[in-house]
Amino acid sequence: MMIGFAIRNQRAFASGALFLGFAIFFYVVALGYPGGTAARMGPGYFPRLLAIVLAAIGLAVMLGSMKSTADLQSLHKWDWKGLGWVTGSVVLFALLLFPAGLIGALFVLIMVSSKASPEFTWKGALANAAVLIALCLVVFVYGLGLRLPVWPSIFN
Amino acid sequence: MDLFHNLAIGFSTAAQPANLLYAFFGCLLGTLIGVLPGLGPLATIAMLLPITYALPPDSALIMLAGIYYGAQYGGSTTAIVVNLPGESSSVVTTIDGYQMAKQGRAGVALATAAIGSFFAGCVATLALAALAVPLTATALLFGPKEFFALMILGLILASVLSSGPFIEGIGMVVLGMLLSLVGTDLSSGTQRFAFGIPQLFDGLDFVPLAMGIFGFAEIVKNLEQDDKLSLVTQKIANLFPTRDDFRRMIPAMLRGTALGTLLGVLPGGGAVLSSFASYTLEKKLSKHPEQFGKGAIEGVAGPESANNAGAQTSFIPLLTLGVPSNVVMALMVGAMNIHNIQPGPEVMTKNPTLFWGLIVSMWIGNLMLLILNLPLVGLWVKLLTIPYRYLFPAIMVFCSIGVYSINSGTFEVYEAAVFCVFGYALIKLQLPAAPLLLGLVLGPAIEENFRRAMVLSRGDVSVLVTSPLSASLLAAAAIAIVLIMLPAIRTRREEALQE
Repeated sequence: MMIGFAIRNQRAFASGALFLGFAIFFYVVALGYPGGTAARMGPGYFPRLLAIVLAAIGLAVMLGSMKSTADLQSLHKWDWKGLGWVTGSVVLFALLLFPAGLIGALFVLIMVSSKASPEFTWKGALANAAVLIALCLVVFVYGLGLRLPVWPSIFN
Repeated sequence: MDLFHNLAIGFSTAAQPANLLYAFFGCLLGTLIGVLPGLGPLATIAMLLPITYALPPDSALIMLAGIYYGAQYGGSTTAIVVNLPGESSSVVTTIDGYQMAKQGRAGVALATAAIGSFFAGCVATLALAALAVPLTATALLFGPKEFFALMILGLILASVLSSGPFIEGIGMVVLGMLLSLVGTDLSSGTQRFAFGIPQLFDGLDFVPLAMGIFGFAEIVKNLEQDDKLSLVTQKIANLFPTRDDFRRMIPAMLRGTALGTLLGVLPGGGAVLSSFASYTLEKKLSKHPEQFGKGAIEGVAGPESANNAGAQTSFIPLLTLGVPSNVVMALMVGAMNIHNIQPGPEVMTKNPTLFWGLIVSMWIGNLMLLILNLPLVGLWVKLLTIPYRYLFPAIMVFCSIGVYSINSGTFEVYEAAVFCVFGYALIKLQLPAAPLLLGLVLGPAIEENFRRAMVLSRGDVSVLVTSPLSASLLAAAAIAIVLIMLPAIRTRREEALQE
């Protein structure tokens, strides 16, 4: 048995901390809005109420993780590389869509996200990009007529 | 009779050639995407949502319903053939379905799932049509405090049914509600939590959030687990169940349908709960419980009927009360809002052709799935042989274009990227995302009804428990909380929700 306040369930502790952090953030920001009374609620009333509830839940989860009966759980490792490639490819798509046009942005999205796979090959990714770009043009641009900038903005 | 009159209105909408075509494409696309491992109905609908933007509202909803059923059915196919549930409601199907496939009976298992789903779909559609009118009448009796209590009950039940500790599920609901407050406060015009960003004045959009969490973050998770899919390689030849199979599956189908129809109506219920309950029931009633887990056909017929019935009747609270009972229904709210339809009791009275058209097209969609899937099973199975390294970039492409096309702007794409990181954190913390999304969708309505109830009672909170209707709804929520805290039920629930 551990003595005192050992965090037995690190996963739950971090979850509770996440709740508490969000609660504090929302509460502090909501202090800037008029609260009003229960009968005439201002825009700040309900958010503050919810933030207090969330803070209570967060504290309860954190305390529960320190109970001597709590499950022993450690934090899971993050796959930063995979997350980086996937998220980065989405951000690049958004950044490039207007300057480089749909074809360029899709090409970057597919190539960069493909790097997230441990089985990445240049040949496979390039072939996949060619097929997917053609498919998107047919389906979204010509088929559904979505308003998408196909070509780089300098051509317009 | 009124019911038949209403169904006739529905048929005149749903059976228009264009709408039949949209229902067909919805089913086809839904199955196509739903078959892909790791993509559940939610991600499928979110991804295909933009396709429906350009359609008139009734066609769009008909197509979305088709996508929903297609995605459900696609999930079962993946469950049976590769032992990988495409979505949580087909988790149970993997138990006996995959065993049947290993015994060379994949075709029979798939046919059982299709027949069971179709039968359940027919019954549930009738239940939906029959219950719609009286329930809508009830909804008109609801005032702000009753709606408030009903939504609280729904959220509590949804957290009870989500995986992981109950208190963490509730935390996610509250966090979702807080996120829903971003944007303009309708009663005062104040911009809340928008920090001067004009794109946030209308609030956080549901679709980028769902795509970030259920699309992108899910991909990162799948890439981490590099276990190979255990695809059944035998050719799927024999589709037809034998006479003995029929004798065993029909009672299971009937029971599953009844169970699913009932449980689907519950707020927070729906397909997942129904399929688990049906499997347990079949195992209890069976003369050969030892065959369960080794390819018992009842273990496929019951849950598959139940989840389809539940999926269908979970439209009831949405269409009559305006309260989505699960995340997929919450997404349907988002889809309806895009077409300027406010789900709730008014849909049926103001827009009868749309309402009944949707209900009838659900039945048509089920019929199409039956016709479509049995011959195309081979094709769906082929899709599963595409390596994930080619599939996931395709998913990323469709999600990104889909998110962009919400407003033809890149802001939503950045939003989705942020929620990808957030969703990944949730996966690593084992926090359930479904309650968060429900809280996000229901948050504004809860605040509004709470405020209105408090204005009417001049700030007296006790009014929530002195009115019989809202008191009983809140009592039901309280009972659910007490039950979940009881140690015996707690362990049972943990076992049942474990994947």
